[in-house]
Amino acid sequence: MPRELLKGNEAIAEAGVRAGVQAYFGYPITPQTELLEYMSWRMPQLGRTFLQAESEVAAINMVYGAACTGARVMSSSSSPGVSLMMEGISYIAGTEVPVVLIDVMRGGPGLGNIAPSQGDYNQIVHGGGHGDYHPIVLAPASVQEAIDLTVLAFDLADKYRTVVVVLADGNIGQMMEPAELPPMQDIRTEYPDWAVRGAQGRERRLLSSIYIDPNVEEVLNYRIMQRWNEIQKNEIRYKEYYLEDAEYAVIGFGTAGRVALSAVRAARAEGIRVGLFRPISLSPYPYARIEALANQVKVMLVTEMNAGQMLEDVQKATNGRIPIEFYGRMGGVMPFPDEILAEIQRIAHSLVPFDENPRQSWMKRHAELLGTLQGKQ
Amino acid sequence: MLATNPTQVVFKRPKTLAQVPTHYCPGCTHGVAHRLIAEVLDEMGLREKAIGVAPVGCSVFAYNYFDCDFVEAAHGRAPAMATGIKRVLPDRTVFTYQGDGDLASIGMAEILHAAARGENFTVVFINNAIYGMTGGQMAPTTLPGQKTTSSPSGRDVEQMGFPIRMAEILSTLDGAGYIVRRSLHDPKNIRLAKKALRLAFEAQQRGLGFSMVEMLSTCPTNWGIPPIESLRWVEEHMVPVYPLEDFKVSPSLAGLRL
Ligand SMILES: Cc1ncc(C[n+]2csc(CCOP(=O)(O)OP(=O)(O)O)c2C)c(N)n1
Ligand code: SF4
Repeated sequence: MPRELLKGNEAIAEAGVRAGVQAYFGYPITPQTELLEYMSWRMPQLGRTFLQAESEVAAINMVYGAACTGARVMSSSSSPGVSLMMEGISYIAGTEVPVVLIDVMRGGPGLGNIAPSQGDYNQIVHGGGHGDYHPIVLAPASVQEAIDLTVLAFDLADKYRTVVVVLADGNIGQMMEPAELPPMQDIRTEYPDWAVRGAQGRERRLLSSIYIDPNVEEVLNYRIMQRWNEIQKNEIRYKEYYLEDAEYAVIGFGTAGRVALSAVRAARAEGIRVGLFRPISLSPYPYARIEALANQVKVMLVTEMNAGQMLEDVQKATNGRIPIEFYGRMGGVMPFPDEILAEIQRIAHSLVPFDENPRQSWMKRHAELLGTLQGKQ
Repeated sequence: MLATNPTQVVFKRPKTLAQVPTHYCPGCTHGVAHRLIAEVLDEMGLREKAIGVAPVGCSVFAYNYFDCDFVEAAHGRAPAMATGIKRVLPDRTVFTYQGDGDLASIGMAEILHAAARGENFTVVFINNAIYGMTGGQMAPTTLPGQKTTSSPSGRDVEQMGFPIRMAEILSTLDGAGYIVRRSLHDPKNIRLAKKALRLAFEAQQRGLGFSMVEMLSTCPTNWGIPPIESLRWVEEHMVPVYPLEDFKVSPSLAGLRL
């Protein structure tokens, strides 16, 4: 396929179409809306299902119902809408049906704003709905990667009968980049042996997340955790840049990782031996690889578009063995490469105090930055 | 005698009703509603095409009692789930079974919009004026003055508002093809309820859009009224507030002789 100039949201939508999605349900919310709008003409054009739901609560439950038929289904939203979907996500996890969900994150908490953010890391990776379940979470840093991860998301959802979230941010959704679309897959004609499609010539089937006997519910929980173990074994994904001889590692996912790459290149040009580690699967998280990196580099710098949500996972992986520093922008603000470069320089040219809490020290430095910014207004 | 007059079966369990005892309390009319659905699905030959959506409420286990495919929805979300199923499988017969807390309180948005969109599935709405499963709290359908565990001195309309008449509300929507209210309090009304169910499923078969049969039902346990008196209570107290009428019948169903 030739490379075309594609907008992130539309590219994700078309990637879903080409992965054979049979039904899409969603609700408008910026900065995700182009995805829904694209589906509104593209799906009917192909004779497939598009429906604008009355809310994200309804959208996720429509997706839940459609997924029970064994069809490939998806929804998309942005942070406040995804908060509303948490009930449905937990039910889908408890029923073990495959669903793909795109979250194009925006600034929060609350209504926040429509600027790019990574504030949903905790709600998607570590929680959200009630009960023990782990969605697979994939974080793209370019339009091309958003396309590829969307296709992968459908395969993983089917393989593990789980929810897969493509966790993008407003920047990925809104930006235009040259990218290549995958070939068109056929709509499936054979359905899994659990699909509820009418009991024609067979015993009836039931799909449910209720197990009224706690002992049976425990068996379900165990099965979900076994599958999660498999996922942790097989589905860790990340990308490394300039890490072979690095003394310092920057860690960032999605857009923050992409901005950090520019900063790393600039630092390299100054002779600083720094590399970038960019987790792609946020769940399962590449703890082991980060742990290994802690044996190689002197300091790690975590950079995020939130107040250090992934930072805690890096700290868990490194377990206090090396100093960790943090640089974040919050509320919909994107860091510039210069800001991250300045952090790399600061770390490389001075001793980093070992015992300080990286979030606290970042907040102290950040207070000065916010002061200067306010002074400029 | 026997040789010349072979026994004739006049009453049997419908095929679509699974061979299991239900968990419903004695005198509860949930079981009657189940049987009517099963009979209608049998008569229309729809068992193999049928997909039911169970609610959260006393009928949460409805899926155990029907011998057809079933899914179990989140509280109030059955119409959204049914929408997802029916849109992907338009030639299947899809129905939800919902209580009044499920449909008229937490699931109000989902039911209204499913009706407004004219989703071509059938809703069996069990109105027993109370939350059964959670132990008898006030429902949106609880009658003025009715005592429940969360309105212990009776529903005070000044504080707690008024009963919601769902059939009337939904019948104002253009997407609805068949909306009626029936009651399960005596044999005559049960027969009428069955006929209405048949028409609701016929409406779905003919693609006439959203169909719903609201059924006035008993909850002897949480009303604190013995079963027989409960049936009378429906007739005397519920029917005046919830009239048994055809609120919307698509003209295409008019000529249908059953
Ligand atoms: C989100 C959510 N909130 C509350 C509940 C608790 N709950 C279970 S059943 C029910 C009420 C059911 O009443 P109704 O729909 O009238 O059905 P009935 O039991 O009377 O048949 C409630 C509030 C729940 N399961 N989920
Ligand atoms: S609690 Fe009420 S609604 Fe529930 S089964 Fe018993 S009588 Fe029926």
